[in-house]
Amino acid sequence: MELKTQPFILNIGPSHPSTHGVFRMKVLLDGEVIVDMEPMFGYLHRGIEKLAEGRTYTQNIPFTDRFDYIASMMNNLAYVQAVEKLAGIEVPERAQYLRVIMSELMRIAKHLLAVGFLTSDLGALMTPLLYMWREREKIVDLFEMVSGQRLTYNYMRIGGISGDIPPEFLPALKKFIKEMPRYVEEYDQLLKTNEILLIRTKGVGALPADLAVRSSCSGPMLRGSGVKWDIRKADPYLVYDRFEFDIPTGTVGDVYDRYRVRIAEIWQSLRILEQAVEQLPEGEVCAKVPNLLRPPKGEAYSRIEAATGELGFYLVSDGSIAPYRFRVRSPELLNLTVLRDISIGWKIADLIVIFGSVDIALGEVDR
Amino acid sequence: MNHWYYFVDLFAKVRTTFVEWLQSFDLPSSLIIFLDSLIGITLILMIVFPIVMVFIWVERRFVARFQLRPGPNRCGPLGLFQPVADAIKILVKELIMPAKGDKIVHWLAPVVLFIAALMVFAVFPIGKGEMGVFTDLNIGILYVVAIGSLGVLAIFMAGWASNNKYALIGAMRGVAQLISYEVPMVLSIVGVVLIVGSLQMSEIVGKQTVPFILLQPMGFFIYFIGAITELNRTPMDMIEADSELTAGYFTEYSGMKFAMFFLGEYINTLAVSILVTTLFLSGWKGPFLPVWIWFVIKVFAVFMFILWMRATLIRLRIDQVMAFSWKFLLPMALINIFVTALEVLAWQQWMSGWESFPWPFIFVNFAVAGILILIWARVFFKTGGGRIEVGGYRARNSQGYGVNPQAPV
Repeated sequence: MELKTQPFILNIGPSHPSTHGVFRMKVLLDGEVIVDMEPMFGYLHRGIEKLAEGRTYTQNIPFTDRFDYIASMMNNLAYVQAVEKLAGIEVPERAQYLRVIMSELMRIAKHLLAVGFLTSDLGALMTPLLYMWREREKIVDLFEMVSGQRLTYNYMRIGGISGDIPPEFLPALKKFIKEMPRYVEEYDQLLKTNEILLIRTKGVGALPADLAVRSSCSGPMLRGSGVKWDIRKADPYLVYDRFEFDIPTGTVGDVYDRYRVRIAEIWQSLRILEQAVEQLPEGEVCAKVPNLLRPPKGEAYSRIEAATGELGFYLVSDGSIAPYRFRVRSPELLNLTVLRDISIGWKIADLIVIFGSVDIALGEVDR
Repeated sequence: MNHWYYFVDLFAKVRTTFVEWLQSFDLPSSLIIFLDSLIGITLILMIVFPIVMVFIWVERRFVARFQLRPGPNRCGPLGLFQPVADAIKILVKELIMPAKGDKIVHWLAPVVLFIAALMVFAVFPIGKGEMGVFTDLNIGILYVVAIGSLGVLAIFMAGWASNNKYALIGAMRGVAQLISYEVPMVLSIVGVVLIVGSLQMSEIVGKQTVPFILLQPMGFFIYFIGAITELNRTPMDMIEADSELTAGYFTEYSGMKFAMFFLGEYINTLAVSILVTTLFLSGWKGPFLPVWIWFVIKVFAVFMFILWMRATLIRLRIDQVMAFSWKFLLPMALINIFVTALEVLAWQQWMSGWESFPWPFIFVNFAVAGILILIWARVFFKTGGGRIEVGGYRARNSQGYGVNPQAPV
């Protein structure tokens, strides 16, 4: 007699310990194996894109903090850069350097949490995560010095940054850059040599390079699959063309590669930070910009390499004080679209890990 | 006489005094036996519960140290009363019953787990001679193994009665995993039993002139892994798997029913620590210190080791866990029995009995265990550790085996 099995539907989310927010996956399971799955977004939709059309350009900056709340400096940067492009504002050099420093610090913080939460998704009772959280705290302390906030910084301004760095910031930053490699190396060794981590992540959720390109993935998702694409090199913004750094890539595009790419990017960010601190010029930190900015009629698209990929803002101006259209190209949403293709055939435990390796914050996916 | 030195005997004395007092009333003997058992059970609870509370406190503080946190430190000195506060909180919580769940089974499952966890304590020798044990069964090990596997039933009952898919998946995992690990675990005990020649727990401790971990390194290794799996602790906590299945089989449990699962798990941890101590670490034996202090030290050492693993390791996947049991531990356990049996035969042939301790076999066994584990581990991981084949499902999916849009969600 042949035993008959029947696939059944399991709803993972919207509220689940490892959906990193309110995200729902409708999974068709055959036992433990995923036969089909459907990612469902929109549980955190706050209509920010519409809200932003009713506010001035400066008032919109705090909104961008709420997109990817783990890396809010970068969202600020992407938005103000788009406004500057729209209005044709020149940013002082010191502000540009400080923006680079802030966004690289933010990248380190975001990647640390991404790797930490990945181990937590793998079932490691929070221990590696809390160690990485310790390093993130140091970065957050630095941000608190400059902006007074610890999560939603609201630091960037149109034409520069909200204020110059306090005198104690640079010594603290230098100390951080000096201490950090030891810790990164430690975590890397700890996780890289763990046999269980290797068999849980190697080959799991492999994303082929052509699929990654076709689905317009970006960031570590794309680079993990072996595509050398980084907007800091391909379409340099700020002063990134003055720094020396490499683009780390993976080979297979599995969970392990994504995690390795993130660790490698932390090393590159530290390199950039070192150079930026050395080259940091004196001068103004904000250009003269009117309070009620009225950019000329037109449209602008500006993109940066955020921690999760290409974060772009598309703004249309009708000449008034508020944007006519405010559109976000969210890297996390686009990275998430391949989730179905890379998770079918794996087990539930793998689905959680694959989903974790995409590294999303639902604030940006749903907006 | 120093009474504190014979701390354990105190409990036995209470019992014998009580029985003598009962006999003076001219009661039927069956009633006396019943009341005797009752006081025995009460005494066991009196020992087990404080230790479990200390376990909970130690675990929370210890794991917090691993995680760079201070841990609970508000309730009493060093947070010592945290388990009490937890117990009060959990007692006053609402009992939630899933609407379409099986009410009776849902109620029964924590009770079964709790009772099964407590029952094994009847045969553990915590002190010298007849005084140190509640009932010195001559099939002690067999009893422990049999009662220990009752917990699987409770887990499946909980998963089934909850009418929740997470709980059901957890329960199915639990049944598959616990039954698989029972096999190498029991086989690893056989090595000890072969050397001792008895299933009686007190006899096993009595025969250990040196801890059996030296004579049975591989048996200890297999038993310990099996035991951790039985306890559902990382890296084998497939049943709870909080990042995948929210809480596994007790997803739908709250209040006191959840507390019973929680306590049952800790009591199981205590039982396993005691069993490892008894089988492989020579139980209450030890120089200089009183027996019960030695016993407590060893039990806590084993518990700390389990905690250490829990705080650091990453969870395996269910197929890897199963493959590890059937492809790695089971052959190891069989080879271990074979080697041990040969040694026992040889020693009895040439040295006529176990009066002199078989020192040479310590080195032989360690060498055999090390070499076998190394070789087998190579082979095991080269074959992929039992990875599943994904090709079949991909093919099926491309043939339109998709989500039914009308399917109820």
